[in-house]
Amino acid sequence: MSDTNSNPAAVSISHISVPPISLRRRLMDHAMTGVAALTVIAVLVPLFAIFAYLVYKGIGSINLAFLTQTPKPVGEAGGGMANAIAGSMVILAIASLLGVPLGIGAGIFLSEYGRNRYGDIVRFISDVLNGVPSIVIGIVAYGLVVLPQKHFSALAGGVALAIMMIPTIARTTEQMLLLVPQAIREAAYGLGVSRWRTTLSITLRTATSGVITGVMLAFARVAGETAPLLFTAFGNQYWNWKTDQPTAALSLQIFTYAISPFDEWHRQAWAGALVLIVLIVAAVAAVRIAVKHGTLAGA
Amino acid sequence: MSNQALPRPRFNAPEPERGSKADLKIEARTTPLLRGKVSEIPDVFFGWAMRLCGLAVVALLGLIVYQLVVGSQLSWHGFGWKFFGHSDWNPVSDQYGALPFIYGTIVSSLLSLVIAVPLSIGVAVFITEMCPTGLRGTLSFTTELLAAIPSVVYGLWAIFVLVPILRQYVQPFLAKTLGWTGLFSGPPYGIGMLAAGVILAIMIIPIISSITREVLTVIPQHQREAVLALGATRWEMIRMGVLRNARAGIVGAVILGLGRALGETMAVTMVIGNRPEIAKSLFAPGYTMASVLANEFTEATGDLYLSALIEIGLALFFVTIVVNALARLMVWSVTRGQPARSIV
Repeated sequence: MSDTNSNPAAVSISHISVPPISLRRRLMDHAMTGVAALTVIAVLVPLFAIFAYLVYKGIGSINLAFLTQTPKPVGEAGGGMANAIAGSMVILAIASLLGVPLGIGAGIFLSEYGRNRYGDIVRFISDVLNGVPSIVIGIVAYGLVVLPQKHFSALAGGVALAIMMIPTIARTTEQMLLLVPQAIREAAYGLGVSRWRTTLSITLRTATSGVITGVMLAFARVAGETAPLLFTAFGNQYWNWKTDQPTAALSLQIFTYAISPFDEWHRQAWAGALVLIVLIVAAVAAVRIAVKHGTLAGA
Repeated sequence: MSNQALPRPRFNAPEPERGSKADLKIEARTTPLLRGKVSEIPDVFFGWAMRLCGLAVVALLGLIVYQLVVGSQLSWHGFGWKFFGHSDWNPVSDQYGALPFIYGTIVSSLLSLVIAVPLSIGVAVFITEMCPTGLRGTLSFTTELLAAIPSVVYGLWAIFVLVPILRQYVQPFLAKTLGWTGLFSGPPYGIGMLAAGVILAIMIIPIISSITREVLTVIPQHQREAVLALGATRWEMIRMGVLRNARAGIVGAVILGLGRALGETMAVTMVIGNRPEIAKSLFAPGYTMASVLANEFTEATGDLYLSALIEIGLALFFVTIVVNALARLMVWSVTRGQPARSIV
């Protein structure tokens, strides 16, 4: 483009007079840039407000008792959410045990066996399932596990969360596997490696970190879920390690305390919310680091 | 890729002659993988196992529909279509009409869209078209961080921060300036439809803005250049070259946000006031389909009561399914078959 002056076509352009951009249009341009910048600020304010308030209110209420004791009856100071933290972990462990293998399997189906009409159907259904309200999933888990068992349980909560994890994991796994170049699969076939072995040890292995990221996103999404646990895990004021009994969960406890009329419980709700977010972030970070440093390289 | 240089290993290859250097090399590499005949059985088994996993996703949808339909039979036979047109919700006399909840769900979701759509599109346009490239990643990451906050934490914040602000500053102001419309009248409790709409808006902004951003980035660069070459300012370029081309995708993003708003439970339940009434004023408390499920499902004693609640769940499920399917198709139509990234 440096020799435009020697180009006859360019010379003729200089004869065309371009009218200057009117003041109105220029003002409009600046105004809209300002408006767009303002919307960004308007969106970021609540974000920072939520985090700042959470830390400010939560930090003061977290102490050893909060992390080691069960809730005290109304009116008594102290007590904590230790059983709810443990309960959340149990429910999430059940959800992951059920949801992760199924989700990854469905992802493998979509990417390796589902480049056809059947795959499209499954793909569409998992996208649609992603949008089903979590409370509706709760009803389904209630009918599926709570009614036959005749009482609320950690298992029912785990099933509800697993149902929510599967479509998310399936879609992210599919996208990660599709990123693996076809040539790598062909190289394995060329060496006489069977298809299942190629999929597991070559394709999935290559995409491990991406797949794990997808799993962690799904995990983080369900870890704070409350609605599907209301009538599956139900909540519990005491320690419970049995998976067929009502179990406390951190998010349920936050809900119960937040809508209660007691100041002491409100403080604990803030502390619980802070612990919940810290635990989610810590879980995600731990897995990321483990992946990076090769602890899970064989996964 | 000189094929001559590399001897090709094959299935059931005869024992390679030992001695020559090249053969030794091949053998060293392939021995663990090529020992004996490779059976096809594990392959077939694995293929079907994975297909089964895919089928599980379809089965899941079937299971959800089955549970909801079977569970709501009693109420369906008792009330029929009247269930959705009736506003009397009375567990004591076993009369159930879902109208107040449907009304609450629609009004709170629409209100949230009114607030969230201009903001999300503004954010998406700013991030993709206006902001310095260095800031782009940080900004999009930060707005998406909003999506990672659990619903119950939003609710907690709304109860103790948003509602007092609405009660003390926003509602008196709205009543004074727009009170004549009838939408902003009555005592300013703080808690009510307005609070639900605002908190929902904050929750769906990340979804709408990130999908809008995705749609805007697939608009070809030459569209922008063409409009600029005609002498347009940057805003005119965005309006004519970008937003107009992305219309269908943006509408899809908005509908996807609507889908999320319709089914959102916890935060709404915590601030909407939970009263099954249809009131014109946005200051009045209301109730949504999702929050009546959250509040009353475990307390539903009678069979008909439970069945009525499940029917509300079924209605909610169908509405969100239709809304989401529509939105997916619209987003796909712009991103040309590239499936939209799943939003967490």
